[in-house]
Amino acid sequence: MPEPTIYDISSPGRQGMYYPDPDVPLASLPDSLIRKDFPFPEISEIDVVRHYTRLSQLNHGVDTGFYPLGSCTMKYNPKINEETARMPGFTQLHPLQPFETAQGALGLMYETQEWLKAISGFDAVTLQPAAGAHGEMTGVLIMKAYHRSRGDNKRIKMLLPDSAHGTNPASSAMTGLKSVQILSDERGNVDLAALRAECDDTLAGLMITNPNTLGLFDENLEEVVKIVHDAGGLVYGDGANLNAIMGISRPADSGIDVMHFNLHKTFSTPHGGGGPGSGPVGVTAELSQFLPSPIVDIIEDADDDGAPLYGLVTPENTIGRVKSFHGHFGILVRAFTYMIMLGEKGLRQASEHAVLNANYLQALLRDTYKIPHDRICMHEFVMEGHWEDAPGIHALDISKRLMDFGFHPPTNYFPLIVPEALMIEPTETENKETLDAFVDALIQIADEAHNNPEILQNAPHNTLFGRMDEVQAARNLVLCCWLPEDYEESAPQPLILD
Amino acid sequence: MFLPHTDSDREAMLRTIGVERMEDLFQSLPTANLFPNLSLPDGLTEMEAQGELQHIASANETAQDLVSFLGAGVYNHYCPSVVDSILRRGEFYTAYTPYQPEISQGTLQAIFEYQSLIVNLTGMEASNASHYDGATAIAEAVNMAYHVHRTKRKKIILSPGLHPHHRETVHTYIQDSSIQIVGENLSIEAGPEEIINLIDQDTALVVMQYPDFFGRIYDFSALVEAAHAAKALVAVHVNPLALGMLTPPGDFGADIVTGEGQSLGIPMSYGGPYLGIFATRSKYVRKMAGRLVGETTDSKGQRGYVLTLSTREQHIRRERAISNICSNQGLLALAAGIYMSLLGKNGLRQVAELNYHKAHYAAQKIAAIPGFEIAFESPFFNEFAVRCPRPAAEIADHLLTHHDIIAGYDLGQDYDGMENHLLIAVTEMNSREEIDYLVETLSEEPHA
Repeated sequence: MPEPTIYDISSPGRQGMYYPDPDVPLASLPDSLIRKDFPFPEISEIDVVRHYTRLSQLNHGVDTGFYPLGSCTMKYNPKINEETARMPGFTQLHPLQPFETAQGALGLMYETQEWLKAISGFDAVTLQPAAGAHGEMTGVLIMKAYHRSRGDNKRIKMLLPDSAHGTNPASSAMTGLKSVQILSDERGNVDLAALRAECDDTLAGLMITNPNTLGLFDENLEEVVKIVHDAGGLVYGDGANLNAIMGISRPADSGIDVMHFNLHKTFSTPHGGGGPGSGPVGVTAELSQFLPSPIVDIIEDADDDGAPLYGLVTPENTIGRVKSFHGHFGILVRAFTYMIMLGEKGLRQASEHAVLNANYLQALLRDTYKIPHDRICMHEFVMEGHWEDAPGIHALDISKRLMDFGFHPPTNYFPLIVPEALMIEPTETENKETLDAFVDALIQIADEAHNNPEILQNAPHNTLFGRMDEVQAARNLVLCCWLPEDYEESAPQPLILD
Repeated sequence: MFLPHTDSDREAMLRTIGVERMEDLFQSLPTANLFPNLSLPDGLTEMEAQGELQHIASANETAQDLVSFLGAGVYNHYCPSVVDSILRRGEFYTAYTPYQPEISQGTLQAIFEYQSLIVNLTGMEASNASHYDGATAIAEAVNMAYHVHRTKRKKIILSPGLHPHHRETVHTYIQDSSIQIVGENLSIEAGPEEIINLIDQDTALVVMQYPDFFGRIYDFSALVEAAHAAKALVAVHVNPLALGMLTPPGDFGADIVTGEGQSLGIPMSYGGPYLGIFATRSKYVRKMAGRLVGETTDSKGQRGYVLTLSTREQHIRRERAISNICSNQGLLALAAGIYMSLLGKNGLRQVAELNYHKAHYAAQKIAAIPGFEIAFESPFFNEFAVRCPRPAAEIADHLLTHHDIIAGYDLGQDYDGMENHLLIAVTEMNSREEIDYLVETLSEEPHA
């Protein structure tokens, strides 16, 4: 049974939260400014709690089962992170308080910058960007500011390998750059000839995802970087796949100039059903003058017995502020907790095991599914969800059928360069039994695809909801609901778009 | 830490892969600096990490330790226990974006309800699933209005009463476009009439704040009419809590409503994560950035929800998308949805009025102190600017050092000539005793 909406369960006169009567004399209300009509639900506390609890039960999360969603790094989100982020010393802190009263928070941010610098090899880090795509835009603005500062104003072109993350083209275009796609070669690396052909004096830079969205570490990375640098361009590294290389390889050592981190992937902060993320950006020393303002720095060194004084500073040639205040602080607390628990050794072990788990799955599936770039992968790999002798079966059907086994499907239809792509990222926190069960399910599904295709095409069968009519949703656009009495009185109609 | 494999698991898995050692998995990486020394400390157990974080947290002096009247866009409100109790459900917070609707109906329906609540709160026709924060929501409004006019109109008017961080963020977003920003340099005394004078045929959007950064509430009806006569759009940036009592912008014709959703049950957390509210008219839905949830039916004929109109978004339209935004503030939208459901129509009005009465009591008392006066005559909600007899920074410093009071926000930080102005916010968290204490300490201030 679908759960009714909060509007369906509203009844006039109910209230779930009460406030004390004013302890001050009442001021007169400005009648002309007071709202006349307030069509809002009225619900008791227990009904609100039951409603949202029941809604939660309609979700699959990392806490309820395996979530091998490629590119998204759905690793376990440690419970301690939720505790530390909720310490009143953090939650009750106002972002505009005098900095002397927020030394704990500023110190934590400073240390987070230091950890991210050590892991990536970059010289400076901003914690301000709110998510991965936001970090990308920040990084591209920094690249543009660099060229502009040199009076080099003709660099209008951004190169994007076809194995880059999906947000990269839009992030680049948002700053006004022209996007040019670079194809991959047959081993899944950036095609060097194609790259060279585009490297001229209009080149602003290259946005490379490494390891890329095929789950492969580009075997020519150093050469790629050199070609771009020789043409006067900068290299942006999309750090969304950093979970494969912590303590193994530092992006800055490969010559990458700018990179964002996804704290909600690599550093175990929860995805929250679509956010909040956090997308700090690291840069080389040369680019640090362009970082968004403010960043955290030591403004007075420690004396013998005390801690240093931390403050917020504005980089000399900053691109400006990319959001209000100092970034997603609550997410930084979670990521910091995670990093100090893992320590140097633990970070490397996390990456090694992420790569181990992905290669294990790939090894067990390569006889059943086509793996277009079959070599040692990093933290994820891409296989094709179709067979010539099973016409009518698509990656989508395999994905939906996996739900019947209690698994969240892999990312499907991405990257675009692999037909019927199924992109699988197990992460390091899954045990062998789970991986084996997942393999068994996929092998059974492959058998069904050939011998009982309907069972895939009609899947899922064991979930509360079946496949959704997405065409209906887009044609008869219903984006909100109303109170029952409003339906009776004015009956807002679905918005019909052509 | 958090790794389940036993030694024998690991050996068996390496054997299956066909390599001997873990290091063999990294053959394709550049050999220079492989497995670098990071000079980072050893790991900690949970117990040790908890102690370390407790130590760090205790180095902050918070709204619990101090008496605080600091607002300026972020407010110390009561967060009902129901909100966090639900947010802690792993089914919500450990889920990803609901791309697989069959097993994501919890997130999808919660967002759909959030969209509905925002539509009703703001008086608009459609809301998206949220942006990063209030500042980036405004930047997206600018971007949208520019595209609604097919990039032909270049002028964006930003009210000088728009939060300084929000204005700075818009500048960062548009720095390499042909958009021109005007209006910010108007006198801060300027009301909607002065803004109207700037509207012309090249104006794509007018952005006003309601209540504005100084706490002032204006009637924007005439401004909206003038903007519409010039075919310009109007965005109104709100404190959503104030809409528990104030006329919603939809009623006076706004085309876009953005807002900082922090006041809807989200803790201050030193600046985030917060919630960027974005609502608009139906006719602009296809130009709106961000995720959208729509109602539909499943194969069993049941009502269900899906992400819809995704052809607008970056993962489909790539470089031709209007915005690069991918994530929303899913968990914060959930928090705001729970908060609004729990308070409902009457609770939201009650808490809004409580803020209003307390702030007016404080303003009246402060205005009675010799040397202090309320800076503007406009009506206000829970925040107001006070002209002080000497620099606000000095007064704030004195009150913090000697009385453990954060007296407010020093407006001289952002506005030349306002060095003597203090922006004071009063919420339901400030008792009458606290307000009286503030008034008493301000009265004792040496004014010479």
